[in-house]
Amino acid sequence: MRLGDKVSGWLGAIGATLVSGLTARVAFAGYGRGDPWQIGLQDPVTSIARDNVWFNDVVFWMMVAITLFVMALLLIVMIRFNSKANPTPSHTHHNTLLEVAWTVIPIAILVVIAIPSFKLLYAQYSYPKPDLTIKATGNQWYWSYDYADHKGVAFDSYMLKDDETQALRDKHVDAPRLLSVDNEVVVPLNKVVHVLVTSKDVIHSWAILSFAVRTDGVPGRVSSTWFKAERLGVYYGVCSELCGKDHAFMPIAVRVVADDVYAKWLDVRKAGGKGADDKARALIQASISVPNQAVAAAAPGAPTTQTP
Amino acid sequence: MAAQLTTDAGHDNHGHDDAGHYPDFVTRWMYSTNHKDIGTLYLIFAVIAGLVGGALSIMMRLQLQTPGMHFFKDPHLFNAMVTAHGLIMIFFMVMPAMIGGFGNWFVPLMIGAPDMAFPRMNNISFWLLPASFALLISSMFVEGDSGGHGVGGGWTLYAPLSSSGSPGPAMDFAILSVHLAGASSILGAINFITTIFNMRAPGMTMHKMPLFVWSVLVTAFLLLLSLPVLAGAITMLLTDRNFGTCFFEASCGGDPLLYQHLFWFFGHPEVYILILPGFGIISQIISTFSKKPVFGYLGMAYAMVAIGVVGFVVWAHHMYVTGINVNTQAYFVFATMVIAVPTGVKIFSWIATMWGGSIEFRSPMLWAIGFLFLFTIGGVTGVMLANAALDREYHATYFVVAHFHYVLSLGAVFSIFGGFYYWFPKMTGYLYNERLANIHFWLMFVGANTTFFPQHFLGAAGMQRRVPDYADAFAGWNWISSLGSYCSAAGVIVFLYCIGQAYMRKIPAGSNPWGVGADTLEWTLSSPPPFHQYMELPHID
Repeated sequence: MRLGDKVSGWLGAIGATLVSGLTARVAFAGYGRGDPWQIGLQDPVTSIARDNVWFNDVVFWMMVAITLFVMALLLIVMIRFNSKANPTPSHTHHNTLLEVAWTVIPIAILVVIAIPSFKLLYAQYSYPKPDLTIKATGNQWYWSYDYADHKGVAFDSYMLKDDETQALRDKHVDAPRLLSVDNEVVVPLNKVVHVLVTSKDVIHSWAILSFAVRTDGVPGRVSSTWFKAERLGVYYGVCSELCGKDHAFMPIAVRVVADDVYAKWLDVRKAGGKGADDKARALIQASISVPNQAVAAAAPGAPTTQTP
Repeated sequence: MAAQLTTDAGHDNHGHDDAGHYPDFVTRWMYSTNHKDIGTLYLIFAVIAGLVGGALSIMMRLQLQTPGMHFFKDPHLFNAMVTAHGLIMIFFMVMPAMIGGFGNWFVPLMIGAPDMAFPRMNNISFWLLPASFALLISSMFVEGDSGGHGVGGGWTLYAPLSSSGSPGPAMDFAILSVHLAGASSILGAINFITTIFNMRAPGMTMHKMPLFVWSVLVTAFLLLLSLPVLAGAITMLLTDRNFGTCFFEASCGGDPLLYQHLFWFFGHPEVYILILPGFGIISQIISTFSKKPVFGYLGMAYAMVAIGVVGFVVWAHHMYVTGINVNTQAYFVFATMVIAVPTGVKIFSWIATMWGGSIEFRSPMLWAIGFLFLFTIGGVTGVMLANAALDREYHATYFVVAHFHYVLSLGAVFSIFGGFYYWFPKMTGYLYNERLANIHFWLMFVGANTTFFPQHFLGAAGMQRRVPDYADAFAGWNWISSLGSYCSAAGVIVFLYCIGQAYMRKIPAGSNPWGVGADTLEWTLSSPPPFHQYMELPHID
C-alpha cells in the first residue's frame, strides 16, 4: 500500500514536470539553440527543417498512439485476466486472423510513414544552385571555414571559454556558454548555401539543428549539405562525432544577416590583415537589431541580454 | 588432480552416485566442464562487471547533473568512462549474463541434454572473459588519445580517432580485449548451435523446443557470423596502428568509412544479440505466470529468425550522416523499417499470451510486463530514428542514447533481472524475499524511466552525446536524469541485499516454486539440479 503511494507520488512528479515542460515549450521558441526544459526539436528556419519538424511530429504522434495502444492492452490484460479475476486460463494459442492482422497493419503503418520519409530524404539531397559555398574543416578541436567563392575569406572558429562568454553576458551581449565562438560563419538571408565538410584529423560532424543539417567531416572525404536560412539571427550547432577530449567544446555558429551586412563583412574579411577578426565581429555586433530577433529574450530563464 | 579425475571417470560406471559427486574446488571452478557451474561463473562475472559498468554510469551522471566541469575536470577521462561503460555493459554484463549465464544453465536442461556439446570449450569460453576484462582495465592505465590515459573513442572505436588519433598503447589493449571477448562468444556460439541441433532429447523436435532455446539458437548464429567481421575490423585497426597498413588512414589512401561499415556490419547484429535471448526469457516468464502456452509459437520462433536475418542487412542506418549516397540511405531506411514488423508480432503475441490467462504478478512477471511496455517505447523511437531524414537531426544526440537505453537498460536488463528472479530458485534451491524483489523492480522502473525519458527531450533540443558538459539550457532535464540514475542505483543495492539474504535464509524452493505454468523441463529437476542430470534421457511426447 505504501509502495503504491510512493509510486503514485513519483509518477505525479514526473507528470507535472512533463506538463510544465510542454506548456513551457509552447511559450517560447528554441531558434538555433536549445531552451530550458525544451521538449521538441529546435525551431526550423529553413523549409527543409520545417518539413522535418512536421514529419517528426506526425511520426511522433503515431508512435505515441501505438505506445498508448500497447499500454491499454496491457492494462486490460492485467485487470481482466489476473488470477483472481480469471482463475481458469484458456488454452487458446492460435488465431490466424489476429496474426495476419498484426502483421499486415504494422506494414501498412510503415508504408504510410515511408512515403513522406523518402520524399523528405530526397528533398534534403536535392541541391538547388548555390549562392555561396563554404568549406568547413573539422580539427581537433575547432572548425576552420573557407569561403570558396572569395579568395582570402578563411578563418578559424574556436569556442569562447566560460570566462569570455560570462564577460560578454555581463556586458549584455548574448553569448551562451559552450555555444558561442570567436568567429561566426556569416551567411546572407534567403540564399542557398552549400557546405562542404571534411576534416584534417579525426572524424568530426557539422550540424545546425534549426537548419536540419548534419554531416560528418571524414578525413580524406568531402561530404556536403545545403541550407537556405529564412530568418535573421545566430544558429548554433555542436560537433556531432566524438573526436577526442574537447569534442564537447567545438561548437558551430552560423549568423544569418541581411545582404548589405554580408557584403560589408565579406569586404572586411577579404581585406584581411591584423585585427580582421575583431573588425568582422564589431561589424556583426553593430548590425544586430532587436525587433525580429527578440524571441529568446522573452523566455523566462533566458539571459537578460541583448538578443542576437 | 589427475588421479582424482581418473577416479571420477572410474565412478561413472557406478550410475546414480556420480550424479551428485562434486569435484574439488579448483577442478570444479577452474577446470569446469559442467554447464551449470560455468553458467554460475558467467552470472557472477556479469554481476561484478555490471557493478563496475553501473558505477561508471553513476559517475557520468554525477558529472552531467549540472553544467560545468565540476566532478571531472578532465574531459578525456569522461570519454574514457563513456567508452568503458559501453564496452563493459555490452561484452561483460549483458552477453555473459544472457548467453553465458542463462544460456549455459538452461539450454541443456530445457532440451533434455546432459551437458553442452563441447564441455571443455565451454570452460575456455568463460575464462577468456576475465582475461579480456583485465586487458580492458589495463588500458585505463596507459596512454590513449588526447594525451590522457585510457581509450576515449566510445565503444564504437571509430578510426581514425582510434588509429592515428590514439598514439598510446591503450587502444591496443582494448583491441586485444575485444578480440578475446569475441573469441569467447564465437566458441560459445559453436557450442550452442551444435548442442541445440544435435543433443535434443528424443521427441524434442525443433518445433517443440522452448522459445528461450530458439532465442539462443538465433543469437548463436548471429554471433558466429558477425563477430569474425568485428575481429577483422579491429585487426585491421591494429595493423594500421602498429604495422604500417593503411586500411582506414586517408593520408595513404585508406578510408575511415570502411571501418564504420565493417564495425556496424557486426554492430547491428550485436544489438539483436543483446536482446534476442531477452525475448526468449520473456516468453518463458509470460507463459509461466499466465499459465498459458505462448501465443503463436511458430510466429514467435520465426519472428526471431526474421529479426536475425534482416538484422544483417540494415547496418548503415548508423551511418546516415557520414556522407553515403542518398539512394543507399533510402535502401537502409526501408530495410530498417522492415524489422519493426516481426518485433511488433512478438509484442502482440506476448500480450495475446497473457490474454485469457490467469496471471500471477510474481516478481519475474513484473519485470516481463515492464519489459513489454518499455521495450515498445524503445522500439518506436527506433522507428523514428530509422528515417534518415529525421536521423539528420537526431544522430549522435541524446535522442539516440535514450533510444538504445530504453531497449537495453529497460529491455535487456529487465529481461535479465526477470530471468534472474525466475530461475534463481532453480539454480540455488533457495527462495528469495519477494517483497524485496518487488522493491528492486519499482526502484529500477521509476529510476530507469526517470533517467532516460528526459534524454529524448535533450536530444531533440540538440544536446550531443559523449560530452562531459553541455550548454546551460540543457541543465533541467539533465538534473532529472541524474536523479533517476541514483534511484536505479538504490534498486541495485536492494537486489544485492535480496540475493544475499536469500543465501542466508536458505528457504528451500523445491523443484517448481511457480506452479502449473512452469512446464519446461528444468522444472522437473530438483533445485538445484544434480551435478549431472538426464543420465537417462527424458522422452518428450
